[in-house]
Amino acid sequence: MAEEKKNKNPFKSVIWKSIFRVQVPQDRRGRMMQVLNNVFLHLHPVSIPKHAVKVKYTWCMGGLSFFVFLVLTVTGILLMFYYVPTTTRAYTDVIDLAETTPLGIMREIHRWGAHLMVITVWLHMFRVFMTGAYKPPREFNWAIGVILLTLTMLLSFTGYLLPWDQLAIWAITVGSNMAAATPLLGREGPGAALVSIGDINLVTPLSDAKYGLLGEREVRGGALLRFYVFHCIAFPVVIVVFMAVHFWRVRKDGGVSGPL
Amino acid sequence: MGESVKHLVNVFSSPTISFLTLFAIFFFIFPPTEWFAAINRRLGIYKLWTGKGGVFIFTVMITGHCLSLTDPNYRAIVLKPDNVPIVLLLFSTVFFLWLSMKQAYANDARLAQGLKPNEYEVPEKRKVLVWPDLVYTELIVMVLCMVGLLVWSIVLQAPLEEPADPSLTPNPSKAPWYFLALQEMLVYFDPWLAGVAFPTVIIVGLMAIPYIDTDRSTSGYFSFQNRKLFISLFLFGWLVLWVYMVIVGTFFRGPGWNFFGPFERWDPHKVAALNNVNLSEIIYVIALKQTLPDNVLVREIWGILLTSFYFMGIPPLLAKFRLKGFFERMGSMKYSWFMFLSLMALSLPIKMILRWSINLKYMIATPWFNI
Repeated sequence: MAEEKKNKNPFKSVIWKSIFRVQVPQDRRGRMMQVLNNVFLHLHPVSIPKHAVKVKYTWCMGGLSFFVFLVLTVTGILLMFYYVPTTTRAYTDVIDLAETTPLGIMREIHRWGAHLMVITVWLHMFRVFMTGAYKPPREFNWAIGVILLTLTMLLSFTGYLLPWDQLAIWAITVGSNMAAATPLLGREGPGAALVSIGDINLVTPLSDAKYGLLGEREVRGGALLRFYVFHCIAFPVVIVVFMAVHFWRVRKDGGVSGPL
Repeated sequence: MGESVKHLVNVFSSPTISFLTLFAIFFFIFPPTEWFAAINRRLGIYKLWTGKGGVFIFTVMITGHCLSLTDPNYRAIVLKPDNVPIVLLLFSTVFFLWLSMKQAYANDARLAQGLKPNEYEVPEKRKVLVWPDLVYTELIVMVLCMVGLLVWSIVLQAPLEEPADPSLTPNPSKAPWYFLALQEMLVYFDPWLAGVAFPTVIIVGLMAIPYIDTDRSTSGYFSFQNRKLFISLFLFGWLVLWVYMVIVGTFFRGPGWNFFGPFERWDPHKVAALNNVNLSEIIYVIALKQTLPDNVLVREIWGILLTSFYFMGIPPLLAKFRLKGFFERMGSMKYSWFMFLSLMALSLPIKMILRWSINLKYMIATPWFNI
């Protein structure tokens, strides 16, 4: 009878124990094992300096940037089920997302989350600067951080085109016109005429930096597809690799910074 | 009364006045050298970075914002769903600026008394376990963030404009808000500089910071006094040349990229008379009363000389005289990078001031490129 009762406790069942190898920890050793034995928690060290757990010191901005990135990944995947990146479908699919799709605030979460991530990444950089945390031995990780900042803005920029409304197409037109002005490589950039073999000009509207970015001369269906692939596959893959290096180096360079 | 205040704010917000004011007072608020720091102390500006100072800053900001919301033109631009993040950016930047400066000044005071900074713990007692001390903070912050994001998403629908129409250019056409500082630079520089060269220099320059400022003794805690030159310059770039320009680009640039004050209606027919002239015209036509020389090199020689002097003459001169000690401490490599990045950052305010004062269009105007 006593044995039967014990088995009914779900926290002591065979299944529960097989998933969570560690019991709810009661002592110091158990708490350390909690972090070491969990694939998600083991990004953390087992113990950290006192000041580093204070929100006043870290502002949580690095962690929040990562968290918002995860939210964007989840909502982004859900959006991909409903959205087709063609000039005929994109705009109406976005309207359907709000009007006919169940849980129709995924686009809202994705859009506001994208703005939020740009802000949290900027503020994270700001905090790291103000605490002097970029100084040796962390200088390379700061450089990785700058790459992550750039990638965050590129992710946001490529996503900007996808609703295929007036705001989207003209914002990307303004942005991609900059590429046309690239020195040597842009059709309107200084020195573009110098890049030639004999009389054949190599930098033309069909071969310059803007064309490389858009996949065509102006922002049309080809650019939409290209930005969709950049936004959903290329940049996320690249940013995840750099994030892995970034988090790894935080640990390897001595953990969260603190005074010597 | 209300109208005249609004009119005053409109006039004051124009880049000409607001930027110059910001430029003039910035280095007294964030003093880069002891000379500025002395004035900062005498005027008591450092008191902004206390509890009372924070209450003052936020009372002014929130009251001003709330009062302004009674104006329909201000409401139209600030409450536009896509501009909400910029309001969030403005308030959070000021808040975190205050928070970091407050902790920095508190630590400076401790260091001046020979104490360790607040972040310091004696080595034996300094560590706490991540489970539960860190993970529960992370959990709470994640939940709060998610709640905030959900509420934001339920309250504000993501905007969607008319379907894309390549034949209908909206006026103004704006880049995404986080690039608006670059679009604002387009007013003063050609696209190859504002859209390509400057972003490259910004990215490379940011990466170069830890290789220029390598003093480890100020690593890992908030401080200002011992790092004032670097903090002051970084904040100038980040707050004035980036955040301020984003805000101008978002809120104050209307049709035709003309300036509109926060309480001004966006009138598409507003005309700003611009008659910009190149440096060569100013020298040959206006000053020397001649015609422009045909030879490009002769015509542009003054601009070329001035620009070359700016980048290649000023750093060695400063190293020899004014910044001798700094140069010797830094070494020539770090010093050159430091000067190059600082001069690049300063070239924007210089070009802005030249544009406003003498309508300068280009320093160097050639058929191939313009600066």
